Amino acid sequence: MSHPKLASIFNKDEQKVNWHDKALWFVRHKRDLSVHQVKGWETLRELGHNIKAHTLSNLDNYLVEFETNALKNGIQVHWAANAKEHNTIVHQILEEHGAKKVVKSKSMLTEECHLNPYLEDRGIEVIDTDLGERIVQLAKEPPSHIVLPAIHKNRHEVDKLFQEHLHTKPCDGDPQYLTQEARKHLREKFINADAAITGVNFAIAETGGFVVCTNEGNADMGTHLAPIHIACMGFEKLIPKQEHLGVFLRLLARSATGQPITTYSSHFKRPMNGNKMHIVIVDNGRAEQLGRPDFRKSLHCIRCGACMNTCPIYRRSGGHSYDATIPGPIGSILSPGKDLTKHSSLPFASTLCGSCSDVCPVKIDIHSQLYKWRQIITKETKQPFVKKKSMVFMGKLFSKPKQFERIGKIGRWALRSLPQSMINAKPNVWGKSRDLPKGPKQSFDEWYRNRMKKSQ
Amino acid sequence: MKVGLFIPCYINQLYPQVGIATLELLERLKVEVVYPSGQTCCGQPMANSGYENESEGACKNFVENFKNFDYIVTPSGSCAYHVKKHYDIIEQTPSVKNVRNNIYELCDFIVNILKIKNVGATFPFKVGVHKSCHGLRGLRLGSCSEIVGDSYSYIENLLQEVKGSQIMPLSRADECCGFGGTFAVTEEAVSVKMGKDKIKDHLDNGVEVITATDTSCLMHLEGLINRNNQPLKVMHIAEILNSQIAETI
Repeated sequence: MSHPKLASIFNKDEQKVNWHDKALWFVRHKRDLSVHQVKGWETLRELGHNIKAHTLSNLDNYLVEFETNALKNGIQVHWAANAKEHNTIVHQILEEHGAKKVVKSKSMLTEECHLNPYLEDRGIEVIDTDLGERIVQLAKEPPSHIVLPAIHKNRHEVDKLFQEHLHTKPCDGDPQYLTQEARKHLREKFINADAAITGVNFAIAETGGFVVCTNEGNADMGTHLAPIHIACMGFEKLIPKQEHLGVFLRLLARSATGQPITTYSSHFKRPMNGNKMHIVIVDNGRAEQLGRPDFRKSLHCIRCGACMNTCPIYRRSGGHSYDATIPGPIGSILSPGKDLTKHSSLPFASTLCGSCSDVCPVKIDIHSQLYKWRQIITKETKQPFVKKKSMVFMGKLFSKPKQFERIGKIGRWALRSLPQSMINAKPNVWGKSRDLPKGPKQSFDEWYRNRMKKSQ
Repeated sequence: MKVGLFIPCYINQLYPQVGIATLELLERLKVEVVYPSGQTCCGQPMANSGYENESEGACKNFVENFKNFDYIVTPSGSCAYHVKKHYDIIEQTPSVKNVRNNIYELCDFIVNILKIKNVGATFPFKVGVHKSCHGLRGLRLGSCSEIVGDSYSYIENLLQEVKGSQIMPLSRADECCGFGGTFAVTEEAVSVKMGKDKIKDHLDNGVEVITATDTSCLMHLEGLINRNNQPLKVMHIAEILNSQIAETI
């Protein structure tokens, strides 16, 4: 279904829209309070932008440098051209070690590759250990936000879900009780896990190490207890030097939640004695996106989710309305690159207000890219007949002043003279909840001409 | 100084009073204004809908009408932004470059070119400022809440000097109203919800009149206000700056 359809379904429950909007605005506001205390915040953004641009332009060298150093550290490096290869590689590693139980910390890449169902189909238990991710996993839903995966669910819904799956007692949505129960449930999973999968926030070419940021410490719990650690990363997660981490760690958590830094910034460099550490580096359409001059900057993204929190449309339509792994504004410029037809309504799910670009910690020109995708979509995908024809008509009308004046006159007459019931009836979508302005007798043109006549 | 007045298509047809206020205000500020009669539209409606190519005729017509002015002034941040940002689809002749360089939104022109802040207006009402997005984040007519830096706002610079008017602060200072051109129709549900929320913010903060640099946002908000019989009025900033309503005690 298209974004407008899914969004209108979400909007049937106005109370829900209100709290969804408020919850995310609260996060955006926390971000404001936090970043406005940082001297040189805009310089940090600029630095983040430039480091990413530099890395993407020299990616071949940095990837090789990273691989060389990671291998030296005793990490095994794998390359996956697409989602299928990624899943196969991860499965093979698990199979080699006879691993049947896997704990996973948050990774949008494994969502993108649909790793969970792939492994489950092959008899492997995969438990998402981030609380929000676990909630949506139990509900058999995709995450609706990249940082707050279960933001679309309120505590009462979680209460019911836990009763059903974790056999908790009814608690009127008591967050403390629910969290404690989730903790107990997950502890057991951590202790018994054969392998831990994590995402990667930053991989450092210079050291061959990588960093995973979490607030719940679940990446550490998983990787410290299981003998195998598989880290999955899209190739754009690379940064050249250790010293660049300071820039990104300062940008990431403040933009995401308003925290000065995530509770855990875990640095992984080599496997513990006797353990195995693997890293899977994935392309899956990224090289193609890198080859699109207008859209390559979308690969700067550090997955903070700030563009979602700030987006007035996202807040009022919910993450699932985007029907894509990455929802919200950043998803709307990434997804069309993967499947233009499926995601053709996403670049239009925006007023081009520009808030996403201004909030972005690495200065991705998101709203300009939305505009550019629109130009491509109208050319390369099937468009509604009426939309296309009316655009051609308007284009012609506005290039001929006389015709514009004539049509304007008719339009004003109609707005002035026809009954409201007729004006606001279908197919006038505007009129469903809004009045149209009354058509004035005189246009500005006519007023101006009269005035000139009088003054002569 | 030769100034050309651009009146956006929908203001010309539906809100002539905004055009009239703009012209009268500029004349009162001793600006010599010419209104070229062959003008239509900046091309934005087609371009933002993904039909940039269909807007070429409108762009060329715009350039033809305004190429010989020192400044082009318009009561719309959105249209001015469109000319500046998106007229790269036509050949960059000296005329096109001139037009893109010289177009100003009305408040920007008064504050930064005329260097006037007090335009001598009286408007004894509680005013809520809607900071239209393209003017705010496109033309940078004011600071926005996302970016860290000094706080400023051209529209508020002018309003602060208007006798009797009181600027009411809002809970969300610069959130979009949900108009967004064809978005208002293609994403009707979200657009309407955004507008309703925006209006509520103004009502909750004691606003009597919502003003903005763009009538398009105001048309959307007015449509909702009228439909729901809410105690609010919308007026373009030009109408307020051109007002001489006596102060009531």
